[in-house]
Amino acid sequence: MINKKLSLVAIAGATLLALSACAGGGGGDAGTTAPVEESPEFEAGTTMAELAEAGSITIGTKFDQPLFGLVGPSGEPEGFDVEIGKIIAGKLGIAPENIEWKETVSANREPFIQNGEVDIVIATYTINDERKEVVSFAGPYYMAGQSILVLADNDDITNEDDLVGQPVCSVTGSTPAAKLAEIGAVPMLTDTYSNCLEPLRSGAVVAVSTDNVILAGLAAQNEGEFKVVGEPFTQEPYGIGLAHDDTDFRMWINDVLEESYEDGSYEQAWNDTAGEILPFVEPPAVDRY
Amino acid sequence: MPVDAVFGNLDRYVESFGVTLLLLLVSGAAALVLGSIIAVMRISPIGSLRVFGTVYTEIVRNTPLALVLFFCAYVLPILGVRMGYIYFAFIGLSVYTSPFVAEALRSGINGVPIGQAEAARSLGLGFRQSVGSIILPQAFRMVIPPLINVFIALTKNTSVASGFFVFELVALGKELANAHGNAVIPVLLGVAVFYLVITVPLGIVASRLERRWVVTR
Amino acid sequence: MKGAAVLFDVPGPKARRLSLVLSVVVGLLILTGLGWLIATLAAPRPASGGLALPGMFDESRWDIFFGDPEIWGYIFGVGVANTLRAAAAAAVLALILGVLFSLLRTAKAGWIRIPTAIVLEFVRGMPVLLMMFFILLGFATGSYLAVVIALGLYNGALIGEALRAGLVSLPRGQREAALSLGMRELQSRAFIEFPQAFRQMLPIIVAQLIVLLKDTSLGYIVGYPELIRVTMNQLGSFYGNRYLFSFFIVTLVIYLAMNLLLSWFARWVARRGDSGRRGGRAAKPEETDPGLAVLKASAEARQVPQIHQ
Repeated sequence: MINKKLSLVAIAGATLLALSACAGGGGGDAGTTAPVEESPEFEAGTTMAELAEAGSITIGTKFDQPLFGLVGPSGEPEGFDVEIGKIIAGKLGIAPENIEWKETVSANREPFIQNGEVDIVIATYTINDERKEVVSFAGPYYMAGQSILVLADNDDITNEDDLVGQPVCSVTGSTPAAKLAEIGAVPMLTDTYSNCLEPLRSGAVVAVSTDNVILAGLAAQNEGEFKVVGEPFTQEPYGIGLAHDDTDFRMWINDVLEESYEDGSYEQAWNDTAGEILPFVEPPAVDRY
Repeated sequence: MPVDAVFGNLDRYVESFGVTLLLLLVSGAAALVLGSIIAVMRISPIGSLRVFGTVYTEIVRNTPLALVLFFCAYVLPILGVRMGYIYFAFIGLSVYTSPFVAEALRSGINGVPIGQAEAARSLGLGFRQSVGSIILPQAFRMVIPPLINVFIALTKNTSVASGFFVFELVALGKELANAHGNAVIPVLLGVAVFYLVITVPLGIVASRLERRWVVTR
Repeated sequence: MKGAAVLFDVPGPKARRLSLVLSVVVGLLILTGLGWLIATLAAPRPASGGLALPGMFDESRWDIFFGDPEIWGYIFGVGVANTLRAAAAAAVLALILGVLFSLLRTAKAGWIRIPTAIVLEFVRGMPVLLMMFFILLGFATGSYLAVVIALGLYNGALIGEALRAGLVSLPRGQREAALSLGMRELQSRAFIEFPQAFRQMLPIIVAQLIVLLKDTSLGYIVGYPELIRVTMNQLGSFYGNRYLFSFFIVTLVIYLAMNLLLSWFARWVARRGDSGRRGGRAAKPEETDPGLAVLKASAEARQVPQIHQ
C-alpha cells in the first residue's frame, strides 16, 4: 500500500511536469473536484483493467433531471449522478473530459447495459428485484423516496392518501407512475417532469409525484410557486447499474463508493450539486449481494 | 415466461386500443369537417378567406405533430380553454390532419374532367345542380381512397398523443416495457398487432376501392 | 376544379364589391382574433404563493436567448444538426430500400413477392414512433440508429410503393424495346425502367422526404437529441419551466423555416424536371399526397393496355 502510494507520487510528479507544458487552466468544470488517479492498477481481465487501459468510459445518465443529471448549452451534463460518475472514473484514471455521457431514458437503461452501449448507468436508477434479474447494481449511493409537489397555497394535500382518486402528474413508464396507480390516484403521464408544472398551475392535476429530490429541484427552479409536502412514502434506493454477471466490477464500485463516503468526496459532490437545495444526509450502506 | 407480460395484461391492451380507436374516430370526423371548410376557403371568392386558408395549410403542414399537440395541451389552457387532455388531443390531431383532408378533397374534385362541368352548364344547369348532380358524385369516388390513406396515417399519428397525458397503446407499451425489462419484444409486438388490426384492413379496403372506382380518362 | 370559374357566371360589379367588402370584414375579424391571442398570452397570470407569473412575451422569459449565446450554438449545433443528420441518413437508406422493395415487389417469383408484400404491410401499418422504440429496445442499438433505421424502413416502404407504381405506369413498349435489344430482365429494369420511373415519381419522393424530416421529431421517444428534445426537454429542464413557451416558439420557427425551405426546393426541382418533358406523363407538382399520386399512376397504368393497343 505504501509502496503504491510512493510510486504514485513519483509518477504524479513526473506527469505533472510533462503535462504543464500543454495543459491549459484545467479544473474549469463546475464542481469537479473528483481526483483522477494517475496509474491505477487492476487485475488483468477485469472490467476495471479494460477501462483504465482504454482511458475512457461510457456512462449513461439522465439529461433532464434537476439536481441529478441536467444538460446545459455546454453539452456537458451536470448534477449529483454526474459527480458520482466522475468519482468512479477518477479511480479508474479517467479524467472527466474522457467520460462519454449518453442519455438513458427510463426504458432503455437495461438494454443499453445488456448490449454494452454503456459501461455503467447512474441515472436516478432505482434498485428493485425485477431489475436485478437483468442487470446488477452497485450501491445504493442515495436513498430517495417518492413524494408530492403541490401549489404553494394548496393545504388540502398533505400526504399520499389525499391523492386517491385525484389526477396526479408523473412520467410515462416510471416507477412513481406505477406507484400512483397502485395507491389509487389517477396518473396523468407525460415525457418530462418539467412538463408537469403547467397542468399543475392550470389545475388539470392536483399534484406532481416522483422522487423527492427531483421535486425539490423543480420547486427550486420556480421559487415560491410550489412546495413539497408530506414525508416520502416509498423507498427509492438509487444504484449504479452494470452488467449482470460482472461481480468484480460491482464489488470494486462498491469499494469506491465506500471510500468516497469516508474521504469526503461524496459530501463534496453533494454540496456542489444537489446540496445547493437539499441538506446533506448520510449515505445508505452499500448492499453487497 | 416473457409472453405472460402480454397475455396477462390483455385487458389493458384492449382498453388502450379503445382509447386509440376513440382518438382515430373523433379526430377523423373533426378533420373531415375542418378539412372541408379549409378546402372551401381556398377556392372561396373572398380574398382574405383564401389567404387564411393558404397560410393555415402551409403552417400546419410544415409543423411536426408533437409541436401541434404541445400547443393544444399547454398553450390553450393558458388562453383559458379548460378541458380534459383527451379533448386537446382531439383538437390537435384533427387540426394536424385537416390540411391533408383538404388536399385529398381538392385532388378528388380536380380529378373530375372539366368537360363534365362544361356539359352541365351548357345544358343550363345552375351551380347547385351542376355541383350536386354531376361533379360531386364523381368526385366522391375519387376522394375515398386517398381519404382512407389519410385515416391510416391518422391512426398511426395517435401514438404521439402518448406524450401529452393521453394513455393509449404506445403509453401502455412504454409502461409495460419498463416494468418487464426481459419481455420488451413481446410487449411491443403486442402493441404493433393492435395498430395493424386497424391499418391493415383499412389498407385492403383502400386498394379494393382503388381498383373498382378510380378511373382516369 | 380546374377552372371552377366555369361553374359560376362571371361576377358583375355588385358581386365584386360584395366580395371585397366581405374580404375586408373577414380580414379584420381574423386580425382581431390574432390580436386577442397575443394579448392574452402576454398578460401576466396570477399564480399560487402570491406570485404573478410574467406574460409569455415578457423579457424575463426571453433573456437567455440574448444573454447566453452558447444556447444558440447548442440548439443549432446539436439540435438542428442532429435532426438534419438523421434525416439525411434516413433519406439515403429510404431511397436504397425503396429501390430494393420495388424490385422485390415486382419480381416474377411469387415466393419473393408475397413475403415482401406482407413485410411491407407490417412496416407501413406500424407507427414510426413504435418502430423506433422497438428497434431501440429490441435490438439495443443506440438512439441514432433506431431513428435512422425506423425512418428509413418506413419511408423506404412508401417510396418503394411509389416506384412500383411508376414502373407499372411506364409504357410497355419501353420494356419490350429493351428486351428486344437483347437485354436481360434485370438490365432492362436497371437501365431503362427505373430511371424513368424515378424521374416520374420524383415530386412524390421528394415530398415524402420532407415528411421524413418532420418525423425525425419523433426521435424524442428514444432519447435522440433532435431539435425538439434538445430545446423542450433538455434546455427546458435546465433553464426551468419559465422558458418552456419561449423554447416552443423558437423550435416552431426553426421547423417551419426548415420545412418551408425544403418544400420550395422540392417544388423548384419538380418544375425543373417538368420543363424538359412533354406534359401528361409526369406527376403534377401539386400532387403532393404520395398515396393519391401513386393511385393515379396505377390507375393510368391500368388504362395503358387499352390505349396502346
